[in-house]
Amino acid sequence: MNLLFEQTLNGVQFGVMLFLLAAGLTLIFGVMRIINLAHGAFYMIGAYGAALVGERTGSFAVAALAGLAAAAVAGLVIEYVVVRRLYARDHVQQVLATFGIILLVNEGATILFGRQPLYLPIPQLLSGTVQIVPGVPYPAYRLAIIAAGLIVAIGLAAFINRTRIGMLVRAGSTHREMVRALGVNIRLLYTLVFGLGALLAGLGGLLAAPLLSVQVGMGEQILILTFVVVVIGGVGSIRGAFAGAMVVGVVDTLLRGFLPTLLHRVMTVSAADALGGGLSSMGIYLIMALVLLIRPQGLIRAAS
Amino acid sequence: MRVRSWLLGIALLVTAASAVEAQAPVKIGMITTLSGPAGYIGAEIRDGFMLAVDIEGGKLGGVPVQVIVEDDGFKPGQGKQIADKFLKSDKIKLITGIVFSNIAGATVPDVLDAGAIYVSPNAAPSNFAGKDCNKNYYVVSWQNDALHESAGQNATNLGYKKAFILAPNYQAGKDALAGFKRYFKGEVVGEVYTRLDQTDYAPEMAQIRAAHPDVVFQFHPGGLGISFMRQYQQAGLLGTIPMVVAAPSMDTTILKAIGDAAIGVNVSAHWNADFDNEANQKFMTAWRSKFGADRLPTFYASQGYDTALAIGAALKGVHGDLGSTDAFRAAMLKADFHSVRGAFKFGNNQHPIQDWYALRVEKGSGGKPVLKTIGKIMSNHGDAYAKECKL
Amino acid sequence: MLQADGAIAAKAFKRTGALRAAGIVALACGALALPFAATAIGDPALISLATRIVIYAIAAASLNLILGYGGLVSFGHAAYFGVGAYAVGILYFHFHEAAPFLGFIPGTNRLLIAVPVAVATSAIFALVLGALSLRTAGLQFIMITLAFAQMVFFLFVSLKYYGGDDGLIVRRRDVLLDFDMADDTTFYFVCLAVAAAYFFVFWRVVESRFGLVLGGIRQNERRLAAIGISTYRYKLVAFVIAGAGAGLAGALMANFAKFVSPDLLHWSQSGDLMIMVILGGSATLFGPLIGAGMLIGLETVLTGWTEHWQAVLGPLLILVALFTRGGVVSLFTAPGGASHA
Repeated sequence: MNLLFEQTLNGVQFGVMLFLLAAGLTLIFGVMRIINLAHGAFYMIGAYGAALVGERTGSFAVAALAGLAAAAVAGLVIEYVVVRRLYARDHVQQVLATFGIILLVNEGATILFGRQPLYLPIPQLLSGTVQIVPGVPYPAYRLAIIAAGLIVAIGLAAFINRTRIGMLVRAGSTHREMVRALGVNIRLLYTLVFGLGALLAGLGGLLAAPLLSVQVGMGEQILILTFVVVVIGGVGSIRGAFAGAMVVGVVDTLLRGFLPTLLHRVMTVSAADALGGGLSSMGIYLIMALVLLIRPQGLIRAAS
Repeated sequence: MRVRSWLLGIALLVTAASAVEAQAPVKIGMITTLSGPAGYIGAEIRDGFMLAVDIEGGKLGGVPVQVIVEDDGFKPGQGKQIADKFLKSDKIKLITGIVFSNIAGATVPDVLDAGAIYVSPNAAPSNFAGKDCNKNYYVVSWQNDALHESAGQNATNLGYKKAFILAPNYQAGKDALAGFKRYFKGEVVGEVYTRLDQTDYAPEMAQIRAAHPDVVFQFHPGGLGISFMRQYQQAGLLGTIPMVVAAPSMDTTILKAIGDAAIGVNVSAHWNADFDNEANQKFMTAWRSKFGADRLPTFYASQGYDTALAIGAALKGVHGDLGSTDAFRAAMLKADFHSVRGAFKFGNNQHPIQDWYALRVEKGSGGKPVLKTIGKIMSNHGDAYAKECKL
Repeated sequence: MLQADGAIAAKAFKRTGALRAAGIVALACGALALPFAATAIGDPALISLATRIVIYAIAAASLNLILGYGGLVSFGHAAYFGVGAYAVGILYFHFHEAAPFLGFIPGTNRLLIAVPVAVATSAIFALVLGALSLRTAGLQFIMITLAFAQMVFFLFVSLKYYGGDDGLIVRRRDVLLDFDMADDTTFYFVCLAVAAAYFFVFWRVVESRFGLVLGGIRQNERRLAAIGISTYRYKLVAFVIAGAGAGLAGALMANFAKFVSPDLLHWSQSGDLMIMVILGGSATLFGPLIGAGMLIGLETVLTGWTEHWQAVLGPLLILVALFTRGGVVSLFTAPGGASHA
């Protein structure tokens, strides 16, 4: 029972990470209708920014700010130089250009920082464990990530639903021409949305940095699952991104945690773990395929 | 007069010809992992190997050598392509360097099929130690299982009764868990194969906690080891459940990244920087003068160095002529070199027979955690596959 | 006046036609002479390089059918490439182990059997996955093709029996009649022959009524549906043909590298194929060949200079995407778009 609880917490924490990436991506998909393969790059840039500054200053807070700043700046620059010219293009050109951005950013990071992974220590305050349920000491830092993610989700929902800019974002995703006709500076809106997406991705990256290692290519690993989350949740919907992220995070972790053990009974451990790992990975994609076939607009339709 | 000048002329010609021949260096191809989180391992092997070459001034065993190093990028397909290029375009007959067993599995057969020689400074999967052994395949490091058998014996010696064991799901990982189980006399309460590209071990930490073992054995080389240890500590397990590992899971690079949290971990190894035999002191001095006192060599570097010495001894025996692989083999198997580990000889399957030592991470004199040699676990230990090899 | 215009137009057309024919002849001569030239200058590794380009050209061309001509952005094409390769690999494995697959299908090391099996297997995968994917469109279609490809990727990763992510070694290339397939030059010519045949068939398909309908679907699907064409069926057939082509390339790749691993099915491999198509010029006959040549050639040349070659490739792709309308080939064809479809 404790094991199930701990694995579920792990799943929720993973889901929060996915949400931070998916929220930005779904806004970009929804508002600008642009495929951005390079979204994982902002995740990586946030992590690198935080790791480098953390090493110098030893302070997690400063490192976090640095990571956020790095990701936001990168987002604005990339939007201004490349992405802006892709809005009118077809998907094929967008895929090509954003793939090129991935290569450039990854290789640039390798040139600047080398191939060795960087590490960011967990802030002292959060380095212990907390027993939410007696008998299950859970890393405090992971709980902090869950808390942070929930705060961001609530804040984002409030921003989208209750502020004027949020209203423009929602309108821009469903009635672009009308918004433009009303005199709103659509260009600025797009830039802001893109920057916000990059910021969120960077936040995910810097939060992940103390847990995992900071290395080139870390963005692409999580990006595919992020696409899955966006599609399951519904393009353009923050609530959908949250729901999708929780589903994917928990299902993936639980499958990974329990399926191999179940298979241990019928085959050798090595074969069972390989098959279990493969099947649990396939499971997520299977769910996405089912959602697409039954309800192509996703679980939660973007508010129209 | 004329006869003398003729003789002189011929003598000069012969000397010139042999001088020209002697000057063509023996090409050695090194395929190793230089990129990614495990990239430092390949760099260590290369640096150890080249240190031996540098000490002899560009030679091994008195024979001039030219070492060509390429990065396999941790991809079996790439290793294969490089080997193809070495064998076909560069006409190299002696290849070494591979770090990981999955890359070795894809690359070594091509090398052996082409009639070339492969000397392993690290990876030594079980199939090549047993039924697939080959007279042109030598291992200077250890056989995969044997490395972890030492850890299993260490865990038994330390009195642990219930173990939870983990390793990545590839040939070396399977060899690791098989080796540990062969010599651990207690009960295995949990066995898990992780993935080679895994970065988050939270699910595994939960499983370890739920199984209540009294010791954890894990084999995660390179960057995987760093991630695993950090998360083991974050999950609150490091203080509660002791860990027994083999050298790859706690090399000096991992130790540096983990810091004080690693104190108390038991490590089994065939080499440690504090060995006081003459060959090791020569190695450590040369290393320090080339790389500075701050960079401590890992055991991978010691293996690269020993591999170079072993190849040097063989090249000396054949006078740099790789024309006959049988002659090379005779010279190689004599193991006529002084290993930094102390005792070293080749078994019938051309894998090492050597001693294994127990180490522990303790606080060193400089205040930083270091690996300290405590005692010997096994002497003259070979591997479990030697009898399956028909050599 | 009109007659003069017509005559000028016809002359221009004939000129581009003649130019094109000359180009094809030059290409063929170059391809045939390559192994001998490579041996003469002492760099036999070029033959391997050329073989790789030829194989990827077939794969990219197969993607071009649905991506370029059909306008279907499939991000999972590597799945069919990999399935074809694994078909060959698994058949060889069972041949080597002398134990039949699933208990009754014997293994083989014969190219003339393995390749058709590989093509058929890929076609079946394409049929099933395509039937499901084509029920969506736009962004969802891209994502679902990616998802399915990832599923097949993880399937092969999970099959430890066939190597899992360590990959499967194919000790010897499949045999073809009496040829010495281990010889790089012989194998190169075999691949070249297959590619020539494939491109010929491809050309006939694209020039046929089927190809016209496909182009029409890309331009305006609704209009074609309105005149009663079952667009789903046409798209599915195209998808299956494309998958079969990728399987053919995969089968050749397994023989070339003598190694199959799930990396062949990874989404970055799908990305590479898309780059080859788009870079060279989608919806053109030889665009994929040029794209494959460029990408692989660039990779090889740039790796010699710097290990950070992707920092050069990245901006190049961005520039091509932003500033050319139809890939590199478009830089050479008349701006009026005289090419067929």
